[in-house]
Amino acid sequence: MHLLQVEIGKSVRVVSFEGGHKLEHKLRQLGLLPGNCARILRHAPLGGPVMVEVDGRAIAIGRGIASKIHVEEEAAPCGSL
Amino acid sequence: MRFALIGQPNCGKSTLFNQVSGYKADTGNFPGTTLTFTKSKVRVFSEIVELVDLPGAYSLAGSNPAEREVLHYLTFNAVDVVINVLDASHLAQGLNLTLELMELGRPLVVALNMMDEAARVGLEIDGPKLEELLGVKVLPLIASRGRGVRTVFTTAMLVARGGITPERPQYHPEIEKAIRLIASNLNGRARESPLAPELMAIKLLEGNAQLLARVEGYSPQARPLVEQAQKDILETQGQPAIWIFNAARHEKAAQLTKQVVAQGEKRRSKRDYLDEILLHRFWGYVVLAIILWLFFQIVYGVGSLLEGPLLESFDKLAVWLASLIGPGSFWADVLTGVVQGIAGGVAIVLPYLAPFLVGLSILEDVGYLPRLAFLVDALMSRLGLHGKAIVPFILGYGCNVPAVMSTRLLEERRDRFIAATMATLVPCAARLAVVFGLVAFYLGPQLALGIYLFNLLVIALTGHILSRFLPERSPGLILEIPVYRLPTWKAVAHKSWFRVREFLVEAWPLLILGSVLLAIFDRLDLARWLNAVVRPLTWVLDLPSQVGVPLIFGIFRKELSLVMLRQALGVVDFAEALSPIQMITFTVFVVFYIPCLATLATLRRELGRRDMIIISAITVVIALLAALLARGVAIIFL
Repeated sequence: MHLLQVEIGKSVRVVSFEGGHKLEHKLRQLGLLPGNCARILRHAPLGGPVMVEVDGRAIAIGRGIASKIHVEEEAAPCGSL
Repeated sequence: MRFALIGQPNCGKSTLFNQVSGYKADTGNFPGTTLTFTKSKVRVFSEIVELVDLPGAYSLAGSNPAEREVLHYLTFNAVDVVINVLDASHLAQGLNLTLELMELGRPLVVALNMMDEAARVGLEIDGPKLEELLGVKVLPLIASRGRGVRTVFTTAMLVARGGITPERPQYHPEIEKAIRLIASNLNGRARESPLAPELMAIKLLEGNAQLLARVEGYSPQARPLVEQAQKDILETQGQPAIWIFNAARHEKAAQLTKQVVAQGEKRRSKRDYLDEILLHRFWGYVVLAIILWLFFQIVYGVGSLLEGPLLESFDKLAVWLASLIGPGSFWADVLTGVVQGIAGGVAIVLPYLAPFLVGLSILEDVGYLPRLAFLVDALMSRLGLHGKAIVPFILGYGCNVPAVMSTRLLEERRDRFIAATMATLVPCAARLAVVFGLVAFYLGPQLALGIYLFNLLVIALTGHILSRFLPERSPGLILEIPVYRLPTWKAVAHKSWFRVREFLVEAWPLLILGSVLLAIFDRLDLARWLNAVVRPLTWVLDLPSQVGVPLIFGIFRKELSLVMLRQALGVVDFAEALSPIQMITFTVFVVFYIPCLATLATLRRELGRRDMIIISAITVVIALLAALLARGVAIIFL
């Protein structure tokens, strides 16, 4: 399952991603590497980006990249310090 | 004066640097092996300061090239003040470096960056208390929003001028003894370094091999001293010196953090609430339309209110001045040119530019622009770009120069080229003056808005066509959406003023000069010759031949097109010389054709000469087609 397939409000844990070290560098900056937790905030209409919350920050991720980030659903909401 | 920015990686140091170095600062990259540091000139209290952005380092221990570079730089370059940037949401981690920097023996200022971030995760940081505990000025900063930037720099300047060096934290008495012993044995050459001898001693005790090799060159007794001290410390303390230093700083940092940070409630429901509406799949776009509409209404309202009366006063002034030195004489013409140039700035450009820039700053500071990127990403991806490309696009409405520069934030060269082309087609504030001063003023604001919508359509089409020619998938959007903020008037005023000043300093003199040149041209009848050169173009567009000169001068600065148009046509009221259809054709052409000189220079720097020429050629073709199309539509409907 990838990021686009998650319902709004659900929390997920990143499992893996498809992409080179450029993407890795970006995801590292945002704290979205495998093992990290994110909560889906909203989907933009008409094939727009998905907005997720990571470490209290909101991040918009375009569909192209979002579909390359594989996740699994978490039972407990993440982000609790 | 030289200021150095030092901080751990990702503390927002470079954000701060970019905030102040701006886009016109002369920056130079000095690539090393794996690191770079950047310099820029910045004005603080009317004094030019060299600002150095050193690579991010977790400490000065020299365990990686970036850290070595920082210490190396500080050893050989006298820094008047160190600005230590700290991520407030990770205070304990950052304070480790701060404590180390206090040992430098250089004036120090601490900038607690990302205060918004810290507040959002519920951290309450007692800045004044931290200041008291450290004995170093501590200032709040939100570099990403430009908040507190000014205070950081003015305080840094005061600290630098005062030469106030912080008191360094003390270590175990035995270690202090070793530090003093080594420091006192460093001879003259070492003392020439701007760094405190104690700092050198600490770094030597920590086992910095490069430093030791260098010091040994002039203080041969240093090596045995240091090695003996390290051995003694290992024996009596049971740990190598470097561990003891690190542990001591670590403990101190944790202690300080405990004293000044309180964990409060997480606040973020308000943002979610607002975003429910502003980012809603339907209402989000309604709000977007309303915001843009209001924006244009206000800009037009303020601008048109001022333009008429101001122009009238300047015309009276010009006539009166000319009458003083004899109307019709050479100097009277020159003087009239000067007054018209001044009037162009004050009466035509500023009334629209100032409210526009204030509005843009507000939207920026509120945090609406990234949300705009979120909303339009789907649309932009249809143009072969992604939502981030909206940033050059929006900035373009202020000025194309920062817009073209901001294409840097796109990763792919192809994306940068397309985004830059689109950005140069965006009517900047100078062209806004033409749209509003001509179309809105004479034909009504609705038509001006129409031109803007038409412009959007053309840009979209251009983007679409270009991305067809350059087929390659864009990597896609990744963008942080910041929290909403109430903008402070101070920040908005400061930002707007900074941009207005750019017009006053750079464009206005050119405008006045252009105006005078035109007056002389007119007198010598040179204008007719220039007009003849571009006559084929003006003929195709069914414009009076006199608009040739304003169009040529418009390449210098876009607002010249309008300012000089009055003079070229020899009328006060444009309606006397241009039909509504001609006004529309002229305006549409001006909106699209060749970017101004400053933008051309930026294009060349960012993308190279070839792309600059290609983009210019594209804009001329588009301008011609768009103007003809607009003319056709205008003929049908007017």
